[in-house]
Amino acid sequence: MKPTNQETKLASPSPPNSHEIILNVNGKKHNLNIAPWTTLLDALRHELKLTGTKKGCDHGQCGACTVLVDGKNVNSCLCLAVMHEDVEITTVEGLATEKGLHPVQEAFVKHDAYQCGYCTPGQICSTVGLLNMDKGDTPDEIRDLMSGNLCRCGAYNNIYAAVTEVKEQYSKSQKQQAK
Amino acid sequence: MNNFSYQRPDSIQDAVTATKPKTSKIIAGGTNLVDLMKYRVENPDEVIDITHLALDTIDTSSSEGLRLGALVTNADTAYHTEVKQNYPLLSEAILAGASTQLRNKATDGGNLMQRTRCYYFYDTATPCNKREPGSGCSALKGFNRIHAILGESEHCIATHPSDMCVALAALDATVNVTGVDGERKIPILDFHRLPGDEPEKDNNLKPGDVITSIDLPKKGFSENSAYLKVRDRESYAFALVSVAAALELDGNIIKDIRVALGGVAHKPWRKPEAEKKLIGKPATEESFKLLAEELLKGAKGYGDNDFKITLAPRAIVRALMNAKDKTKSND
Repeated sequence: MKPTNQETKLASPSPPNSHEIILNVNGKKHNLNIAPWTTLLDALRHELKLTGTKKGCDHGQCGACTVLVDGKNVNSCLCLAVMHEDVEITTVEGLATEKGLHPVQEAFVKHDAYQCGYCTPGQICSTVGLLNMDKGDTPDEIRDLMSGNLCRCGAYNNIYAAVTEVKEQYSKSQKQQAK
Repeated sequence: MNNFSYQRPDSIQDAVTATKPKTSKIIAGGTNLVDLMKYRVENPDEVIDITHLALDTIDTSSSEGLRLGALVTNADTAYHTEVKQNYPLLSEAILAGASTQLRNKATDGGNLMQRTRCYYFYDTATPCNKREPGSGCSALKGFNRIHAILGESEHCIATHPSDMCVALAALDATVNVTGVDGERKIPILDFHRLPGDEPEKDNNLKPGDVITSIDLPKKGFSENSAYLKVRDRESYAFALVSVAAALELDGNIIKDIRVALGGVAHKPWRKPEAEKKLIGKPATEESFKLLAEELLKGAKGYGDNDFKITLAPRAIVRALMNAKDKTKSND
């Protein structure tokens, strides 16, 4: 069949055995009709067009797909979307507010904590997860807790600097709040 | 991934009933199952999501010990105040495994159900008796650096990959299960099995069984325990050899001693009868070496994993010395 210039929009049929679900992503509710074998990663990228979350290894080894589920960092490539109806999902797109970038994003910019940027959304989500859990009190612990995010460019030193600085800021503000 | 139907039962009984032998898989955290489905190693027709069952709490109310709900995440378990205080061995072991993301998602019940990380099990292009019974074992004469040196069979030399289960074995945990015939308790040492001529079976669960919780006995060896994990990189790698070591001391005399090994067999490796021989003996390197020898009795290498026969006894002695002098446990 020859391609034509005319744009044709095919009605996408419902996948077999599909489920109607509601995903709560970055504070917005989305109705989706998806097959149960769709991963959360694929639902975010393909259905919701939230392409900030990246697909790297697709096997839970590289961390490029890291998102926050109820504030905790997880590998979205190993999650089935259909199992994530009653939770709050935050992707890298949901971190900045009208006031500006999230402090973790600012720290990554300041420390040049990336080169190609492909792992960065995952690195940033894992850093937010680390702050949410209130972990990472020692350099060793930070390195260990961030080991599920690989950086093929090897920007680890700068990533570590960014995480350390934002962790220090966070700890200070926690202490001030306690006072 | 293959196409499957998805169900979300509301009760344990419904989950038991919904599970069909051979074709169904129960999913909780999914960190291992989804991965195996992507590799087409697991191809269930029905996936039963049990995450809506009320099994997600740690029960501290009993004076007999602690009950970990099957759906509590590995991270929530490791960071739980009471687990850290009374069962530091378990906390250390969990934190030595996987990555933050995986621990945040993976559940305690699911950790018990992890499948081996044998490369040939994952590679559907190669024979594997565990994946496809009767097809042969590619690891026997293949690359077998991560494989078993104890309790293996001519049909399978895979190891169990868990860190958590090694600590559970040392602590004498009990797995609570609900199945078609009701509830029952499985001592952790009887939960996983050796491969024998049925390597496709990782454990002694029956079709329809749902793990509901894990009981930790009161005795947690909180004063003298250590988890030592030897691996190819310092974080986020499976164990080549791991040791969960626990001591109860009266001065320098051993009142009770537990050692469980990971990375060396198809299940966490423990020999309670060998441990008993050390009771009343001084807690010295010499005593620990004797136990290490007993634990390694009959060890056999397959080429690339020969080094484990030397490594394991050394790791056992070091872990026990770390347990004895707890301040050195992070060395």
